[in-house]
Formats: sequence, C-alpha cells, structure tokens
Amino acid sequence: MIEVKNLNKSFGDAHVLKGISTSFENGKTSLVIGQSGSGKTVFLKCLLGLFYPEEGTISYDGKIYSELNSDEKRDLRSEMGMVFQGSALFDSMTILENVMFPLRMFTKQNKSEMEDRADFVLKRVNLADAHYKMPSEASGGMQKRVAIARAIVNKPKYLFCDEPNSGLDPKTAIVIDNLIQEITEEYNITTVINSHDMNSVMEIGEKIVFLKDGLKAWEGSKETIFKTDNKVVTDFVYSSELFKKVRQMYLEERQ
Amino acid sequence: MTYLHNIGAYFIMIKDMFRKPTKWSVMKTLIFKDIDDLIIGSLGIVAFISFFVGGVVTIQTALNITSPLIPKYLVGFATRQSVILEFAPTFISIIMAGKVGSFITSSIGTMRVTEQIDALEVMGINAINYLVFPKFIALMLYPFVISIAMFLGIIGGMAACIYGGFSTLDDYITGIQMDFIPFHVTYAFIKTFVFAFCLATIPSFHGYFMKGGALEVGKASTTAFVWTSVVIILLNYILTQLLLS
Repeated sequence: MIEVKNLNKSFGDAHVLKGISTSFENGKTSLVIGQSGSGKTVFLKCLLGLFYPEEGTISYDGKIYSELNSDEKRDLRSEMGMVFQGSALFDSMTILENVMFPLRMFTKQNKSEMEDRADFVLKRVNLADAHYKMPSEASGGMQKRVAIARAIVNKPKYLFCDEPNSGLDPKTAIVIDNLIQEITEEYNITTVINSHDMNSVMEIGEKIVFLKDGLKAWEGSKETIFKTDNKVVTDFVYSSELFKKVRQMYLEERQ
Repeated sequence: MTYLHNIGAYFIMIKDMFRKPTKWSVMKTLIFKDIDDLIIGSLGIVAFISFFVGGVVTIQTALNITSPLIPKYLVGFATRQSVILEFAPTFISIIMAGKVGSFITSSIGTMRVTEQIDALEVMGINAINYLVFPKFIALMLYPFVISIAMFLGIIGGMAACIYGGFSTLDDYITGIQMDFIPFHVTYAFIKTFVFAFCLATIPSFHGYFMKGGALEVGKASTTAFVWTSVVIILLNYILTQLLLS
C-alpha cells in the first residue's frame, strides 16, 4: 500500500503539486487522471523517487521514502516496476535481454533461470515468439507489452505506468489495460497508472484520483465517477458526446 | 553562472561515476562493448589519418630544408618529433573528440530522450556508473590507439620520404633514431591518459544532462565536440608547460 500525505512539489516559482494526500491499495488498479499540465507526471515521478517533494511524505507499506538511507532506497526501488509512456526499452538489447535486465542487475540467478523467468513473463504478456527481436522491430503494442514484462519480471510490489495506452489503437489499448489489471490482481501489486484515456478509467479504474492544477480535485472509483456531480470532473471526463451518452444511459438504468 | 553550474555538475558526475558500482558480471559486458565501439572501431580512421599526415609532415619538412648545409636525416628527426610530441597525442585526440565524443553524446542523449536513463534510475541503478564508467575504462586503452598512430605516422613519413625522393631510407632511419629522448614518449602518454579521461567524461556529461528531443541530441553532440576540443587544447598547453619546460 502506498500512502501519500500533503505532497508539495515546486519547480522555481511554479507550485506543481499542492498538498496532495491519497492512498493506493494492494491488488488494485488506481488511476491518476487530469488535464495536461495538472501535475500527473510530476506526481508519478515523486512516487518513483525521481523527484523529491519539498513537503509531505510518501510511504510504501509503512516505510517513509524520505527517511530511508540510500541502500534502503535502492532496495525499495528494486521492488518497483515502471512502464514508461514511450516504453523506454533498451534499444541495444533484444526483447529477451530487456526483460532479463532487472534479473541480471538484482538477482543471483544463473542464465538459464533468468531465461526461464523471462520466457514465463513474455508468455504471460502474450509475446511467446518475440524473444530475439530488437525493440525497433516490434510494434508499439508489442513494445508496451515488453515494457510490462520487464516491469513485472522481478516480482515488484509496486507497478507504475505512465500513459500505457498512448499511441495505441483502441483494441490494443484494451488488451494492455486488461493485462495490467490481471497482473495487478494475480500478483497482488499496488498499481498506479497515469492516464488521459477515459476508456481505461471506465474499464479498470478501481480507484481514480483526479488532479487539477496540482490539487486533488476528486477521488473515487469507476462506479462513483458516473454519479458524481463534481463539475470539474464531469467537464473533463464527459467532455466527449460519446461519454456524455454513456453516463446518461448508466444513470437512466439506475433509475 | 551557467558555466560554474556546469563545471560543478561535471565534477559531481565524476564522483557519482565511482559510487554504487554496477554488478561486475554486467559491467564486464559493458566494458567489452565499449572497447569494441570506442577503441577497436576507431583503429581504421586513426591508421588512415596517421599514415597520410605522417607523410605530409615529412614532405613539408623536406621541402622547407633548402640549405645544402642541413643534413637530410633531419627530415626523419622532425617527423619523429612532430608525430610523437604533438600529432599522435593531440591531433588524433581532437579527431577522436569528433568521432568518439559525438558517438558517446548521441548514444547517451538518445537514452535520455527516450527515457531509458529514467528506466535505469527507477530500477535503483546508478545510471552514471552504468553508462559512463565503462567508457572511462574502455578509453584507458586509448594509449594503444596512440601507439599505433605514432608508429603509422612515422611509417607514413618514411614512405613519403622514399617514394617522393626527399631522402634515402638510411638517412630517414638515422633521423628517427637521432637524439631520442625517452621522456618525450612518457610525456606523450601522460597527455594521452588525460585526454582519454576528457574524451570519456565530457561527451558523457553533455549527453547525460541534455534536455529536449532529437534536435537537442544533435546540438549536444556539437557542443560536446567543441568543449572536448577546447579542454584538450588547454590541457595540452598546461601539460606541455609543466612537463617539458
């Protein structure tokens, strides 16, 4: 479980995160949504320890990040998996080597053990026959799946995804969403996803945190987002006619 | 202020290069890959340039010796001195700043742009050690490249001398053996080690701390080449003053 308390982060005069407090539970897929520039990426990078907040604390299963020494921080980071927006695969390595990379860095497994584990997770993300391709030879959807495989290969406790669906067609996006949710439940991981994609919100948002101008404007789930009257949320989530109709139908069904 | 900030950031990067070392089994692979990319991959161009520049030095020296009182073996002597003292360690290092430096900056810069460095940091890996240290170790073999440059420069001079009819082989060999001071080779290799350190770290700094996209990768490569060359030229002057004067 990740608990965030009163998180504040500035860059010069720009106060990007303004006292955000929330929590993300184990085995659940949580989404952080908001407009571009609302502070989602900065928030995620604070969770990852890439940015240091000026104020506030982030605790991972009770361990407060800012109070850990460098070795403890390193150990904690080895328990994190991250899926970057652009996949961030190492382009000098094959897909198999990319997936094996965290194992090579953090475990004492021999080569065949690492290959077995990498093979297992590649099959789990439905990439059974792409082991020896280079990342540049893989499609966007395949690259995302490799990134997910790399993120989960070392059995992380925390999985972070920055816009995992960006640049993907709607069908592949749903496959990726479902894959992340299945993996989260299967391995009881705490998953936090940054997203703009309203399909993802409706599909897998077991917890949704809505950021606006660096503030937490709303918090709920995929069920409560239909019922909320919060104008800031409804203006953002139901900005398209399609989602307006979906919401209307949902509310009519409930009545 | 920006210059001071960058100089400070550069020295912090040097310190971080030796912190939290990457697992040896992984580092070993990276070092061999960088030896292949940076050292072995540079041998061809270094050999080509050394041979022909050695020849040009010989021709120009021979053509400027017009007085019959000056012995012909001076051509070999001048070629040896030029190649060992200046051409091989400094001129080749400037060329390597272009070849190896731009390769290092663009490869690390591309990793920055495509979030590969962020991926390393998220995993708890010391990205500076992972990326820069193997290049630093690989470039400690740079004196091997310079030895080849020295040898081929002198051989190129010999070929030009004989085939151009500027002096005989005996005169040339007498010239290259004349008044040989072994410390000049030591001086050349001390410079080479210092330049190798600059070649590994300055382009890495520009790649690692670059911001922006593909266009900025190109700009960072150019900036890295300029600064590496400037630092090499300045250090060349300082080391020559310290070691030879």
